[in-house]
Amino acid sequence: MGAGVKKGNAFTNNPIVKTVGTQKIVVIGVIIFLAIFFSWMSPAFRQYSTVVSIFDFSYYVSLMAIGVTFPLITGGVDLSIGTGMVAAGLFAGNLVNQQNLPVGLALLVCILFGVALGCLNAFSVAKLNLPPFIATLSSMMIARGLGSILVGGMSVTWPAGATEQGWFRSIFRLDANGTLIPVGFILILALVIVMSVFLNHSRPGRYIISVGSNKEAARLSGIHVAKWHALAYIISGFFTGLAGVAYAATFQGIVPGTGAGLELDAIAGVIIGGTSMKGGYGTIGGTLLGVFVMSLLKTGLPFIGLQANWQQIITGIVLIIAVFIDVTRNAKK
Amino acid sequence: MGEVILTMEGIDKSFPGVRALDQVSLEVRKGEVHALMGENGAGKSTLMKVLTGIYTKDAGKITYENKEVVFASPKAAQEAGVMIVHQELNMLNHLTVAQNIYIGREKMSGKLIHDKAMNKAAAALFQRLNIEIDPTETMGNLTVGKQQMCEIAKAISHDSKVIVFDEPTAALTESEIKELFKIIRDLRAKDIGIVYISHRMDEIKEITDRVTVLRDGAYVGTIDTEEATKEDIIQMMVGRVIYEEPKSKSNVAKDAPVVLEVKNLNAGRMVQNVSFRLHKGEILGFSGLMGAGRTETARVIFGADKMDSGEVFVNGQKVVIRSPQDAVRNGIGYLSEDRKRYGIVVAKTVAENTTMASLENFMAGLFINKKKEAQVAEEYVEKLKTKTPGVEQFVVNLSGGNQQKVVVAKWLVRNCDILIFDEPTRGIDVGAKSEIYHLMNELVKQGKSIIMISSEMSEVLRMSDRIVIMCEGRKTGEMDISEATQENIMHAATRRE
Repeated sequence: MGAGVKKGNAFTNNPIVKTVGTQKIVVIGVIIFLAIFFSWMSPAFRQYSTVVSIFDFSYYVSLMAIGVTFPLITGGVDLSIGTGMVAAGLFAGNLVNQQNLPVGLALLVCILFGVALGCLNAFSVAKLNLPPFIATLSSMMIARGLGSILVGGMSVTWPAGATEQGWFRSIFRLDANGTLIPVGFILILALVIVMSVFLNHSRPGRYIISVGSNKEAARLSGIHVAKWHALAYIISGFFTGLAGVAYAATFQGIVPGTGAGLELDAIAGVIIGGTSMKGGYGTIGGTLLGVFVMSLLKTGLPFIGLQANWQQIITGIVLIIAVFIDVTRNAKK
Repeated sequence: MGEVILTMEGIDKSFPGVRALDQVSLEVRKGEVHALMGENGAGKSTLMKVLTGIYTKDAGKITYENKEVVFASPKAAQEAGVMIVHQELNMLNHLTVAQNIYIGREKMSGKLIHDKAMNKAAAALFQRLNIEIDPTETMGNLTVGKQQMCEIAKAISHDSKVIVFDEPTAALTESEIKELFKIIRDLRAKDIGIVYISHRMDEIKEITDRVTVLRDGAYVGTIDTEEATKEDIIQMMVGRVIYEEPKSKSNVAKDAPVVLEVKNLNAGRMVQNVSFRLHKGEILGFSGLMGAGRTETARVIFGADKMDSGEVFVNGQKVVIRSPQDAVRNGIGYLSEDRKRYGIVVAKTVAENTTMASLENFMAGLFINKKKEAQVAEEYVEKLKTKTPGVEQFVVNLSGGNQQKVVVAKWLVRNCDILIFDEPTRGIDVGAKSEIYHLMNELVKQGKSIIMISSEMSEVLRMSDRIVIMCEGRKTGEMDISEATQENIMHAATRRE
């Protein structure tokens, strides 16, 4: 194809569509469609409290999803983020309850727990060269078991919002005289921008993309492949820890042994947002949009009378469509 | 030619079971183009990988700028000024052209990558080299030839003192080759030492100053290009190995029946309106540059990829081929260019591989009749003169040439009369190559018909009765062997729309 040859059609060549990306435009369209559809079907959906609960569900999934975007861009995956998030929340919350650790420090511990888990994954994948699926499936199990053992198998309740130690809950949901403001969204948005710039305009970000695009080519270009491959998993771990903070702030109690399956909500969001399962391509903005599709479905479907099992089916179908788009896009290249 | 900038002396390198390099030497001077020649598997690429730190040598000494050096990694070599333009393209397809060129040494503004500055620098570089490529284009969207030019531009953009070109022209068109030679002459004038690996004898005569020849991993000699004739170099390359006699005219009778006819075949971008006929007992060579669409055409005929439109006739009957099963049922067998991936199961025995495509004929009820399987396998081992200790030997232990024979046996057991050989001698040593040629000639004598896809000009000229040439998915030429020359094949292979 010569340099002067026009590709695509009128839609894909539109300058706005080109900058934002076709898949993201489609996902935004889906979000708008879902919001209108649910509002039209159910008056209850139109309430402010529903909006707040959509956001509530989105925080911890968004954080996991931002993190796991990086392993996915390298062509791998991180399955340990769900149980890792719960284990981090359990462990740190237990320290508050049992050791009277100040909540501020506990949140730090929660994040560090995630980073440690990320380091374990990074070691298995980048140093031992284990397949990411197996490596993180193993650490997913380890995290689930470890979380339960560390807290003696009991549920952990972080301090309630009204108590002195409960200030951290307003990081995500500010109670302004009875009106709940989803401030967490601003936080997430800021993180999306920071990580977007990191991915697209910093050296580590570019090298992570390179690892996913063509590992051997990256190596021959003198890039320390193992280092950047490892970093992708450590970033994922860091965001797992952050997700633990959001999870603790959103829910009353954390139950040991849970968390498995939550990683799939996040990964589904990333894929819907246009990140390629084959690696080499992905955007953080797309990830956030993808998570919102998941979040809307999860919150909206009960309003039109479709309960959990139906949600699973519809989410599955949405995921098949998203992966199909990814596969056809790759086939064209 | 100036003073010596690089010497490699007594280089040894072994891989498990293979002595890839045995006491090899090479000397490069400033401002010279030094050809490194040898058959496939002679050790040229291995030697260059040892030089640039991709492999570690077992023994020997590398002296660069009068100091003994060991480059620990490609990056270390690059930083010292030794750069390689690889034969296999090492591109990051998801990044832009400029991002590829400056990978690992991005231009920064503070902590962030300055993409605009990189685009500008790349544009200036391209202009200097007279290459027309948009630096902001995504690498994956470029043709193979354009990607190669980017790789070359990347090498030049490093302040290299020694540049290794590993078969740079394999994917280039004639005009691109002219541009490349201009660039190389320019580099030579700037006192850069250039190692030039190529199989094309004409290029060697045109562009290089000296030639070093390797054979089977050993150093044969170095001569001045001016003083050497083509025959001298070939003699050095092949040694005493004698190939099948080259063909000067077709061995196929004029009235031989057409066993396979393909009409107006279309499949995606790589197969556009391809038509040809294959006669009984004929070797039909398919020539062209990398990415010409030959393998794609074969895969469509074999049913491995989807056909958009077109007709296929076997023995005059129109057939519909939607899958490899359909093709095999119609007597078409395909020998992939990548044997290990598509051709054989290396962890199985010779016998198991031989019967794999026709297992239903070897069943006794629910079980495989091992005795019959072994019998038939032995029969073909004998027929094809496969060198194996026995049919229970695992295929992984056989040499490349003998693996190829097992694949041939598989299709013969299946009664395939039309065999598509895709790069039949790639990665096979010189001796085995000659055996494969012999085998193919035997097969056509027995009335089989062969389509041979080959990127080696000498192989096409040596084996084919007729030649079809493709370029960018189209058939751009067809000629009888009696009228085929390297020149008119190359001409057709670079004929673009």
